[in-house]
Amino acid sequence: MTDPARLSPRARHTALAPALLAIGVFLVLPLLLVPVASFMEANPWGGVRPAFSVDAYIQVLFEEDFTGELVFNDAYPRIVLRSILLAAVTTLLCLLAGFPVAYVIAMQPKARQGILLLLVTVPFWTNLLIRTYSWIMILRDEGLINNSLEAVGIIDTPLRLLYTNGAIAIGLVYTFLPFMVLPIYAAIERIDRSLIEAAHDLYANRRAMLRRVVLPLAKPGIAAGAVLVFVPALGSFVAPALLGGGKHLMIGSLVQAQFGASRNWPFGAAISLILLAAVLAVLLWQARRQSRGEGLQL
Amino acid sequence: MSELAGNPISPPTPKGIRKPKAAFSVGRIPGFAAATLAFFLFLYAPILLLVVFSFNGSNSATIWSHFSLDWYAKVAANSDIQRATLNTLIVAGIASVLATALATLAALAMARGGRFRGSQIALGTLLLPLIVPEIVIAIAMLIFFTAVGMNLGLGNIIVAHTVFCIPFAYLPIRARLDSLSPVYEEAAQDLYADGWRTFRHVTFPLLAPGILSGLMLAFITSVDDFIISLMVGSAGSTTLPIYIYSLIRIGITPQINAISTLVLLISFIFVSLSWLIARRSEKTP
Repeated sequence: MTDPARLSPRARHTALAPALLAIGVFLVLPLLLVPVASFMEANPWGGVRPAFSVDAYIQVLFEEDFTGELVFNDAYPRIVLRSILLAAVTTLLCLLAGFPVAYVIAMQPKARQGILLLLVTVPFWTNLLIRTYSWIMILRDEGLINNSLEAVGIIDTPLRLLYTNGAIAIGLVYTFLPFMVLPIYAAIERIDRSLIEAAHDLYANRRAMLRRVVLPLAKPGIAAGAVLVFVPALGSFVAPALLGGGKHLMIGSLVQAQFGASRNWPFGAAISLILLAAVLAVLLWQARRQSRGEGLQL
Repeated sequence: MSELAGNPISPPTPKGIRKPKAAFSVGRIPGFAAATLAFFLFLYAPILLLVVFSFNGSNSATIWSHFSLDWYAKVAANSDIQRATLNTLIVAGIASVLATALATLAALAMARGGRFRGSQIALGTLLLPLIVPEIVIAIAMLIFFTAVGMNLGLGNIIVAHTVFCIPFAYLPIRARLDSLSPVYEEAAQDLYADGWRTFRHVTFPLLAPGILSGLMLAFITSVDDFIISLMVGSAGSTTLPIYIYSLIRIGITPQINAISTLVLLISFIFVSLSWLIARRSEKTP
């Protein structure tokens, strides 16, 4: 098909250049500097000293004991592990909470789908910090839950809800739920209704219909949703900072601390490379699914 | 909502006659409607609670006493908040316009440029700010700005936000371009309009809703951004989210709720506008 509205290659390159240049100079180049910084010496006043060093990587696994010997230190591997675990739990909870919603929305008449989808996405566009803060109001010692339970006399002393792993998980689920609902909705919405009707006629049982027809067809959406939730949850900073209270660190908060109060940039850079590697692994998995034709074609 | 939650499962009709809406009730799963209602409650109750307590007369952000606008008066009179608001609007205003301009050009090139070598890499680069974890973007930019000695205060944040907002503007513009039928542009060319005139009088007006929608989403993204501003900003460039963060760390008061409510209001207005524009333009070609 000839397309008269097509741009010449020259016009195309001229139009693409500014955006690519901006991202190239101010994002790609900075990202390339991260591994460089990780192999330098820390400047105790922040920044790096231009001298080669692998201290940052040693610090990930070892610490010096009082005799100056290097001994294994599990503090940082544990933070990485906790982050992966919390992100995985978040993904699972988002799937459990999000799937029925995606299904129900996809089964609505077209006009109502639009407004319901808007309702799902609006929180995504509101401030992350504010949304997380609203959970402090609910979970803290004098918060909504503890106050209500005390008022009815179920408890005398407030329950420890805030500054726990559970609080972080709630905050993460709350933040990333829309990312799970939207791709699953997109997958289910595409299912031919007559398939569901046929399944209904043949299996009679709704659970069997869900398991044998809807779930297999929704799988690409579920996979896409899982990636969209897991990746940002793994690197999140706000939820652990506000709801974990600095005790339950995640990778993101660890990175932030090295560039903030701890002033150990090379170590922070090394940790962010670990985070990037994990994210890349997940994205490659998803890309392989997609190339095998199992992915959600958006 | 009530209809969504309360619609009973339609009983199987014995004579095999289906009511017109039967196709929708066939797929109904028991419990799913209730789960959906619970989902929306979970999504909106915390935000609602936050807004309600911004009108609390007492010092507590969690125990209600009486209705009052005191906290809003305090917010309005606070010069730190005024400065932070101004900073936020300057950054978002400049960064969203720049990002939208870059994204519009890029979207035109990608949608109307035909296939070319490296188009996947170009697309990946345009979407890179969405893929890389925000905290990594933030520290990478901090390392870069420090390495090249760029220290422009708000300028650093504006540059960072511009880059970060590009995909948020790109996606709605690209979606609009892809949904535009090429017949209008073809007609213009049949009438001997050259490339520029076709763009100026046909493509651009048709694309305008997408651009506006992208601009608004880029604007909100910038207003809401916290992590990048926190890492890249300096002492004089406090934005509203950073100010709110510092308040939360000091202690919980309804004043935080009042500022938060105002920020939420900005987001709600812009998202709704963006949605309305996108929906209205769906009906026109």
